[in-house]
Amino acid sequence: MAPPEAAAAAPPEDTDPAVPPAVLEAIGVGKRFPGVVALDDVSLTLRQGEIHALVGENGAGKSTLIKVLTGVHRPDSGELRLHGQPVSFARPYEAQQAGVSTIYQEVNLVPLMSVARNIFLGREPKNRLRLIDFPRMHREAAELLAGFGVTADVRRPLGSLGVGTQQMVALARAVSVQARVVVMDEPTSALEPREVETLFRVIGELHSRQIAVLYVSHRMDELYRICDRLTVLRDGRLVHTGDLADLDRMQLVSMMLGREVAEVRRHGVTGFGEGHRADREPVLTATGLSRRHQLDDVALQLHPGEVLGLGGLLGSGRSETAKALAGALPLDSGTVTVAGRRLRRLTSAAAIRAGISLLPEDRKAEGVIPGLSVRENIVLAAMPRLSRAGVVSRARQDRIVEVFMKRLRIKASSPEQKVGELSGGNQQKVLLARWLCLEPRVLLLDEPTRGIDVGAKAEVQALVDELAQEGLAVLLISSDIEELVEGADRLVVLRGGAVAGELTGDRVGEAELLEVLAAHGPGAGGGTSGDTAPDEAAEEEQG
Amino acid sequence: MSQLALRPGRWAGRLASPAWFQRYGVYAAVAVLLLFNAAFTDHFLTVDNLRTQLVQVAPVVIVALGMALVIGTEGVDLSVGSTMALAAALLPLYLGYGLVPALLVALLAGVVVGVVNGTLVAVVGLQPIVATLALFVGGRGLALVIADGQLKQIANPDLLSLGSGQVAGVPVVVLIAGVLALLVAGIVHRTTFGRQLVAVGGNRAAAGLAGLPVRRVLTGVYVLCGVLAALSGVLATARLTASDPSALGNLMELSAITAVVVGGTPLTGGSVRVLGTVTGALLMQLLRATLVKHDLPDSTAQMAQAAIILVAVYVARERRSR
Ligand SMILES: Nc1ncnc2c1ncn2[C@@H]1O[C@H](COP(=O)(O)OP(=O)(O)OP(=O)(O)O)[C@@H](O)[C@H]1O
Ligand SMILES: [Mg+2]
Repeated sequence: MAPPEAAAAAPPEDTDPAVPPAVLEAIGVGKRFPGVVALDDVSLTLRQGEIHALVGENGAGKSTLIKVLTGVHRPDSGELRLHGQPVSFARPYEAQQAGVSTIYQEVNLVPLMSVARNIFLGREPKNRLRLIDFPRMHREAAELLAGFGVTADVRRPLGSLGVGTQQMVALARAVSVQARVVVMDEPTSALEPREVETLFRVIGELHSRQIAVLYVSHRMDELYRICDRLTVLRDGRLVHTGDLADLDRMQLVSMMLGREVAEVRRHGVTGFGEGHRADREPVLTATGLSRRHQLDDVALQLHPGEVLGLGGLLGSGRSETAKALAGALPLDSGTVTVAGRRLRRLTSAAAIRAGISLLPEDRKAEGVIPGLSVRENIVLAAMPRLSRAGVVSRARQDRIVEVFMKRLRIKASSPEQKVGELSGGNQQKVLLARWLCLEPRVLLLDEPTRGIDVGAKAEVQALVDELAQEGLAVLLISSDIEELVEGADRLVVLRGGAVAGELTGDRVGEAELLEVLAAHGPGAGGGTSGDTAPDEAAEEEQG
Repeated sequence: MSQLALRPGRWAGRLASPAWFQRYGVYAAVAVLLLFNAAFTDHFLTVDNLRTQLVQVAPVVIVALGMALVIGTEGVDLSVGSTMALAAALLPLYLGYGLVPALLVALLAGVVVGVVNGTLVAVVGLQPIVATLALFVGGRGLALVIADGQLKQIANPDLLSLGSGQVAGVPVVVLIAGVLALLVAGIVHRTTFGRQLVAVGGNRAAAGLAGLPVRRVLTGVYVLCGVLAALSGVLATARLTASDPSALGNLMELSAITAVVVGGTPLTGGSVRVLGTVTGALLMQLLRATLVKHDLPDSTAQMAQAAIILVAVYVARERRSR
């Protein structure tokens, strides 16, 4: 990707060739919600053709700033400028009309409409009768998506595609409108490495067309690969803005967290420690897990005190395996045995009673209950245990909730705040707390650090480590290969719903994992085809 | 929390906001209506008139309480009116054994209706509106068959005193409705069942993954709704002093849904507002009474009610799109 100098090398028609003109600016913006100051006097300047990183801890105010910039929220104070002129967007639509195109953190397209309709929503091609020209729309949508490596049928409802593919559709939509600014709030958190490459290629094209990009991500390596400048927020305040090249990773992290560089260095960047000593006897044994088109005779064992990583590409059956173990995926055949006792009926409730907890991959659809408070979301699964004769005990709930909000550093105005109002990363921590407060024996973590900031990520990783040391058996799924390899003591690699290999001891490494993945050639797991439906199929059967 | 500065501008903004309106609008509307009547309607704010209004609204309140629970799970129960009729039809057949056995049989009918509805929704997986349509149609038919299509006078003094009796000046039906409202509020806010109900309504997939007994909760909700409807049928019959399965509870499902929606419970589930529901029923009752007292025809009253429903639905929609 173009280094910072490249932006400066292409001289725009400005008086100072080194500084391209500002496209979108926020000046002294403030925004409060009941009980929190989300933004306090924050300024941000987005210059033509630059890729500008917006970073900060969970709840620092990044998404809020983006929503203020794009007309979702009205700022309480301060002003916005577009090409130097003061503007105020009453609705996101107005921002889009003015050339500010946005991909929000939570994909906000219409799941029941076709992929093509979603891409052209509000600007559908019309035929002579002023009706929507469907053949043309479908053709153009398919062509557009092909450029993003997506081969899904554009007539299918968007909701039937995998999360990653949906994200790519959102990207295609955002980029295909004639934008001067493209804003992306954690676009990569739901993407596979391959899709991330596509995204970066698209960003590179935007860059060469002198379009400004505002880019939010918690993944440091991404920032250093593609961004020119950055703005750091902490607790709703601006702490730094400048060239990214002037900061090293440690300095950046310490700035985000507000801690000394030395302290950050001592903790290291991933939170994982050394390997663990696992027991001989497995606590969980699964055999012959099969389900048509999704799982093919998967067998694995989990030992107390170990972290077992589950590797594989998109659609290889990792999430399905985790769901099957947790009783959340109806199986054609297969058994799960926990501590010597075979689960007779494989249901979520039975699995939870046996001590299996699953942190699901899709936080919005399968995790949080947005209208309920942080407290109620945390105690949801543990409620029967915290009740007497069917009557809930607030005192007991409050005690547990306090412990976990502290331990995971959940940032909320109070335990009674609605979870839907929390920042994405804090929602994820609430879900973790929901499972940890059950004191499970087996913890299945499907993308546990997705959307979590570096500080919290290291904390979660350290927590996983600690839990394993305490004798918990952990299954870890992560599309972040570094995290997977560093976190796992042992790796089982899946391909096309079947076990393709196992890596133990010294062989647990990035190169070895890629080798196993590649050994099978371009198989079922390749590419972002639209056929990533297994997850969705599973969800439908939840009802 | 100390940051909640109560600047006047802020307050004005809050009053106008849809969120505020959905929450408190129904109480404000009742207050406005009462003030209006105090000023412009003769003999409205009298003990007698208020007592009459409360007695008339009590059966609706009882049904609406069950409906609020069902709507809290993202469902709806169209069969409540038919359940009332069914209870009314069964009563006279068993009154010979005394009030208690007859009452139990009537409530049992409510349980059966609830189990059927709940099974269709939770186990078979039908849409609630379709599932409960079956008994909406079939329930009343069955009631007419049981009663032979006849209106039957009630002579049992115990049952009659249930309909017209008073305790310390408060009609028994009103007392029962009040106690049930407290009970339902307790269930919703204090019991695991109630909290699980709200969770299932808020995100069913997540509730299932968290090990909640989704089917049991859903079935339980429809059973509660059925029992409350049956009880309402018994009380309405007692007040009528006759069992009239062909007319009793007609359009009750609509009144109940209206009370719930006007009371601020979203149709999308995940929240149950008990006090709001009671107030919503009261609002519709007072509105009708006010218009009648001013000699406006029933059609006007219906249009006024329709307008209120539209406002309530609009406010709820506004809030969701934020
Ligand atoms: N609609 C809302 N109502 C109340 N509080 C809100 C609302 N939206 C955001 N907040 C609060 O504002 C703060 C900033 O949230 P924001 O979503 O901007 O964080 P973020 O930096 O995007 O975090 P993340 O990395 O986790 O996505 C948080 O404390 C959050 O709880
Ligand atoms: Mg965010």
